[in-house]
Amino acid sequence: MMIKKLIAGVAVSALLAGAATAGTITVVSWGGAYTKSQVEAYHKPWMAKTGNKIISEDYNGGLSEVKSQVEAGNVTWDLVDVEMSDAVRGCDEGLLEPIDPAILPPAPDGTPATEDFIPGAITDCGVANIVWSTIYAYDTTKFKGDNAPRTIADFFDIKKFPGKRGMRKTPKANLEMALAADGVPSDQIYKVLGTPEGVDRAFAKLDQIKNDVVWWEAGAQPPQLLADGEVAMTTAYNGRIFNAVAAEKKPFKIIWDAQIFDFDVWVIPKGAPHKDLAMDFLAFSTATQQLANQASWISYGPARKSANKLIGTYHSDPSIDMKAQMPTAPDNFKTAIQNDFEFWADHQDELNDRFNAWLAK
Amino acid sequence: MSDATGPIVTADGVPLKRKLAQAMFRSRARAFGLALPLLAFIIVAFIIPIVTLLYRGVHDPRFAEIMPRTTAVMQNWEPTSPVTEEMAAALVADMVVARKNRTIGQVATRVNRELPGTRSLFTSTARKAKKMKPPYLEALIKKDRKWGDNATWQAIKITAKTYTPAYLLQAVDLKYNADGSITRQPERFRIYMKLLVRTMRISLIVTLATLVLGYPVAYLLSTLPVRSSNMLLILVLLPFWTSLLVRTTSWIAILQSEGVLNNLFVLFGITTDQQRFSMIYNETGVLIAMTHILLPFMILPLYSVMKTIPPSYVRAAKSMGARPATAFWRVYFPQSVPGIGAGALLVFILAIGYYITPALVGGEDGQMISNMIDFHMRKSLNWNLAAALGAVLLVVVLFFFWLYDRLVGIDNMKLG
Repeated sequence: MMIKKLIAGVAVSALLAGAATAGTITVVSWGGAYTKSQVEAYHKPWMAKTGNKIISEDYNGGLSEVKSQVEAGNVTWDLVDVEMSDAVRGCDEGLLEPIDPAILPPAPDGTPATEDFIPGAITDCGVANIVWSTIYAYDTTKFKGDNAPRTIADFFDIKKFPGKRGMRKTPKANLEMALAADGVPSDQIYKVLGTPEGVDRAFAKLDQIKNDVVWWEAGAQPPQLLADGEVAMTTAYNGRIFNAVAAEKKPFKIIWDAQIFDFDVWVIPKGAPHKDLAMDFLAFSTATQQLANQASWISYGPARKSANKLIGTYHSDPSIDMKAQMPTAPDNFKTAIQNDFEFWADHQDELNDRFNAWLAK
Repeated sequence: MSDATGPIVTADGVPLKRKLAQAMFRSRARAFGLALPLLAFIIVAFIIPIVTLLYRGVHDPRFAEIMPRTTAVMQNWEPTSPVTEEMAAALVADMVVARKNRTIGQVATRVNRELPGTRSLFTSTARKAKKMKPPYLEALIKKDRKWGDNATWQAIKITAKTYTPAYLLQAVDLKYNADGSITRQPERFRIYMKLLVRTMRISLIVTLATLVLGYPVAYLLSTLPVRSSNMLLILVLLPFWTSLLVRTTSWIAILQSEGVLNNLFVLFGITTDQQRFSMIYNETGVLIAMTHILLPFMILPLYSVMKTIPPSYVRAAKSMGARPATAFWRVYFPQSVPGIGAGALLVFILAIGYYITPALVGGEDGQMISNMIDFHMRKSLNWNLAAALGAVLLVVVLFFFWLYDRLVGIDNMKLG
């Protein structure tokens, strides 16, 4: 009995050691339906192709973990999915490895990667994989027919559309939406927000609904808040709401007016333990076919033009055309605002401070 | 023993006094040696991290290290005098190096904290710095008009200080200016003093609440027969053995608007379905949950002190004609004061740094200063400010400790 156990133990440790030599990387992303789409479209094919293993971890965004790992000299993450502004800032602060765009495979028709990616998708330390968007969604059982919200201004209209609102606990996207609701055209948002009067104006608009807001932090929360009836409308990442509707048949509807779209970017923390493998996975996952496959799992747009042409239907329901669900679909895109990462990298300290002080009032 | 006037010696001729001292020293050294691992552990795992972190609150060498020439030139510059060519030349020279070393972003982020918008000014100028030719000031201003602005250079002057009071001042809602003057933050940025006051108010209320709730329980525990008091003690300790997160989230289940308590209120007609009480995600929720979680820290010191008070004293007081209330107030209560002191200090100091419970059930008006420290550690990455806030909190705790020592006396404290 004892010997049997011992042999089993040795066998297991030998197996583990074997796995370690094949290579294991830690890939960190935002969890929930989004991570699932990456696991299905990127992780599984890469593991099957190379025999390496991926440990998938979840986090809530931001650079804090990366910063503490790099500063402590004990980096455990190999690849992280971050927002564009964090990719730029992390690169500036020397927290991320530079990425040579030459490692990225060309499009199937031979177009080099640098031309195939949407402009702005490749930066010094990051390669975008998707275009995502902050939108607001409502519960269709609460507002019906003519009485349903249509514009961003409706989100801020508590009188006409009573009920609690869910919003992300950060100034980002909220200030833009507040200005849009206050009548600022989409292409003027950051110009107005760059002035002290513009910031005052945005906060004044937020003041109108402050007492009715439930603040969320993780991307999985808003669909849950809507489903629980805790809020009547909430801002959310468009893919999360899509997933709740498509996979869980929830009665939610997305309002695309004044959507704020942004890239999600792969970055490699400086001193990542398996940098070469991470680079290999990064190049693999941002290839045309992988990006197109991901779009069949969640409604985030691929960052490559060639992949956009290959978008098909939802993986478990062929009646849903994924193209129409993308933030970049023409019908959804009319009043879209592109998140200005330069603006946020410059102003986020000041606006965070002000936002926190405003919340604590 | 031949010479009676000489010192007493041991068998081997050494004076007994010295021999005794040696033996005492050896036994002390042995005891110290046994405590050494703990001491080393405390120094490595507790004191060094705390000191290094607090040090960050006043020490920020980033700018001076990465931009040495600019730092040197800026020292002689008066914040109101015009910008000189010398400053511009030093800046451009530093920028060329910083750009090559990929450290310009650190500088940019740092200066940006003083003057929003300078981050992109620094990074975009650094990109062009290599190609710039003298006169540098003109070249800089041609790149961006902000370089001609005194405000930009004043921000640089502030950040060029390796030892700076700026973070500590910001932690108490003050602003450090380039000319060395100190002003209050604009109203829309004031937050930390407000949170500090709120933190102390919550901590005081929680301390009082645990005292009022815990005193009778501890009294009961100390007077019951051992068997039943042990049963009760287990009930007090049971929450201790349950995870803090579980206890906090069960309060959410009980207090939330669709929760157990509100459902009962609606059932009994105390309130209506539309007007459910909001008892969680606000200060009320924090007070309730923290009082519950910290209650054992009050009961246990009280109990251990009350256990040592002989019941015969109160009986004696009563036999000499004191009413029960008088006997309690004049005889029993003064003897339980060391327990109150210990429990109150323990609960107050634990409460003042509380973080998980307010984060989970605090909503917006239940956030405490520790939640801001967390924000600056994890979200804004402004570790210097987080360290400064921690230092302020530490000073407050030490102040209360000192106050307690003056009022009650630390030797009067009994933890068991």
